[in-house]
Amino acid sequence: MVEKHIQLAENSVEKETTTINLGPTHPATHGIFQNIMEIDGERVIKTEMTVGYIHRAFEKIAERRPYSQITPLTDRLNYCSAPINNFGWHMTIEKLVGLEVPKRVDYLRVIIMELARIADHLVCNSVIGVDTGALTPFTYVFQWREKIYEIYEGICGSRLTTNIGRIGGFERNFPDDTWKKIHDFMDGFPAVLKEFETLLTRNRIFMDRCIGAGAISAERALNWSMTGPNLRATGVDYDVRVHSPYSSYNEFDFKIPVGSAGDVYDRYLVRNGEMWESYRIIQQALDKLKGMDSSIFHADAPEFYLPEKADVYTKMEALIYHFKIVMGETDLPPGEVYHSVEGGNGELGYYLVSDGGRTPYRLHFRRPCFIYYQAFNEMVAGGLFSDAVVTLSSINVIAGELDA
Amino acid sequence: MSIDTFLILEKIILVVIIIAASMGVAAYSTWAERKVAAVMQDRIGPLRAGPFGLLQPLADGGKLFFKEEIVPDNSTKWLFMLAPAMFIFTSLMTSAIIPWGPDFVINGSEGARTVALQVADINIGILYVFGVVSIGVYGIMLGGWASNNKFSLLSAIRAASQAISYELALGLSLIALLMLTGTLSLRTIVEQQHGFWDGNYFTWNFFKQPLGFVIFLVCSFAELNRAPFDMPESESELNMGYHLEYSSMKLGMFLFAEYINMFISSAVLATLFFGGYNFPWMDQVQAAVPSGIFSLICVGVLMAKVVGFILFFMFVRWTLPRFRFDQLLNLGWTKLIPLALFNMLVTGAVILFFFNKK
Repeated sequence: MVEKHIQLAENSVEKETTTINLGPTHPATHGIFQNIMEIDGERVIKTEMTVGYIHRAFEKIAERRPYSQITPLTDRLNYCSAPINNFGWHMTIEKLVGLEVPKRVDYLRVIIMELARIADHLVCNSVIGVDTGALTPFTYVFQWREKIYEIYEGICGSRLTTNIGRIGGFERNFPDDTWKKIHDFMDGFPAVLKEFETLLTRNRIFMDRCIGAGAISAERALNWSMTGPNLRATGVDYDVRVHSPYSSYNEFDFKIPVGSAGDVYDRYLVRNGEMWESYRIIQQALDKLKGMDSSIFHADAPEFYLPEKADVYTKMEALIYHFKIVMGETDLPPGEVYHSVEGGNGELGYYLVSDGGRTPYRLHFRRPCFIYYQAFNEMVAGGLFSDAVVTLSSINVIAGELDA
Repeated sequence: MSIDTFLILEKIILVVIIIAASMGVAAYSTWAERKVAAVMQDRIGPLRAGPFGLLQPLADGGKLFFKEEIVPDNSTKWLFMLAPAMFIFTSLMTSAIIPWGPDFVINGSEGARTVALQVADINIGILYVFGVVSIGVYGIMLGGWASNNKFSLLSAIRAASQAISYELALGLSLIALLMLTGTLSLRTIVEQQHGFWDGNYFTWNFFKQPLGFVIFLVCSFAELNRAPFDMPESESELNMGYHLEYSSMKLGMFLFAEYINMFISSAVLATLFFGGYNFPWMDQVQAAVPSGIFSLICVGVLMAKVVGFILFFMFVRWTLPRFRFDQLLNLGWTKLIPLALFNMLVTGAVILFFFNKK
């Protein structure tokens, strides 16, 4: 019966369902993408997802760019946790070249990546609150996202699209006031996250809104090849950091929070749990750094690391490397490599084919959001319109990562 | 009291004062809402227009007046125009039956004249409130429907079903109260709550009808379309719902009317359950000060209670998430209405067995 109505033309008098556009400029789509929804009163019958509103052809652009200049493109994938994307890309090239980075660089990367994960999850979880109508918790945690951005700022100079780090390490050592900011963050953050959880987690209205909304089974989630917090909310404990460790994650002791029902509430809890685990990882990384030589922040790989300006003027070798890096003339060996990191949203993969030149022959980003968004219809069909809005914010579709 | 020229004059002055006061309180409620939200969210709030941003409501009003007036092509134009007018008209009308203070006496050359600080003391006071409030939802419905926008229509449907569901519980919760007072006139109800402690028991109805008060309060939230019951204008789902297509002062009137509604329903709450203009030791105060001053103190006390309720409404809005639509109706029909009926039953039984004056 309902199927018949969907087939009818929009202005037909017999038609009892309505077509409604959730997006591209609807406030519930935090970014630019469209859902063409067929609704029967308040009930969503089906939804058709449209992607491509901000497609910028990054994979094609990357084919004409030197490797170091592709990093800014990765910023613009999941811009809520840009450093993870940057480091993932650097690690991909290190894997292709076979470059070993010092332990200290690994730990520094872990600190920044876990801070980025906290920032990403803070945005997602507080926006679930906003979409259910609770604006206040959002403003509390956003101050702390700001503090994380200040830490990025101290290291690389920019905040949202960071372009942080270089192939083989960092462009410069962390300044002292950034260390202070990191320690301040570590001191203050638990209390804030606890307050945030107090406001939402056991709030009766919030629980009623989230429990059972947008649920997906573990089997279906795996069939869609979902990863990250959205898969873990269904009860599958897959985490790239544990299953194929990179950047010395195998040396850290942390748990993988999992849910059971795969609904909005479980995604929320999994993300909150991950923030606590990220906090623990940062603490361990800071402890590990204590006894280390604090002058190392880069692998000994002159073909990827800009030499000191004084050396460029006085030394032949330095001048050559400087020229090659600035002009993007560093050739990489031919080969094919896939590297994935646990991004804010799930397994963020880089598939890189090099034919030995200065640019990739082919580059593909495995973007978790693109995969989640395909499953959106399955999650919301049959539910209420309000559930669809909350589900959309809980699967954390970032338009930049969706369209690449 | 006979109708003479002075009575008409006195009522006209009172009406003008009350409408102006409603508007003023509503305007400054928008300022207070921003400040309250700012305080709760670690922000500063309006600051630029005047000291502490106190001129912000005027700036907002001025801005809205000068905005371009957009009427959608496919809307039903006269209904589209009528809706905001109707909404603000009904919200202003409700204030007519609220007793703002005790009578105050003017001594003139031709003898003393008693002036009632209430526009109309009608014997069906509360029914009047219900009637007018019910008409208010037509403003929302017409606005949402005439806009010819699907989000607005959804919002109008939500508003209508919400209003119907919650008016039932609202009415039922009051029946228990009316069983105690034995009258519908708000003036009589306030006079029954004289003082605070009459030697044997608290006079305010809140102490006699706590459950009724809670139900009434919850239903007021729903009637006001405020969080956590702001279904019709849920900004993250329906993009502000029924006033989505409105611009300029027509939008301003919708927003403004909601704040007037909040003011009036705070006044009704204070009058019905918190003793209206009564306050503890009012007899001693009355003996000590002249009649005019005493009336003003009483008005001030009522206003203080009203401001308290308005602040309460605001704190709740910035604390709680919003319900889902079906949960809202569930709460209304399966929880509040049975609770109100139960309250009625208990009140009836208590009156029958303990206070039967046969």
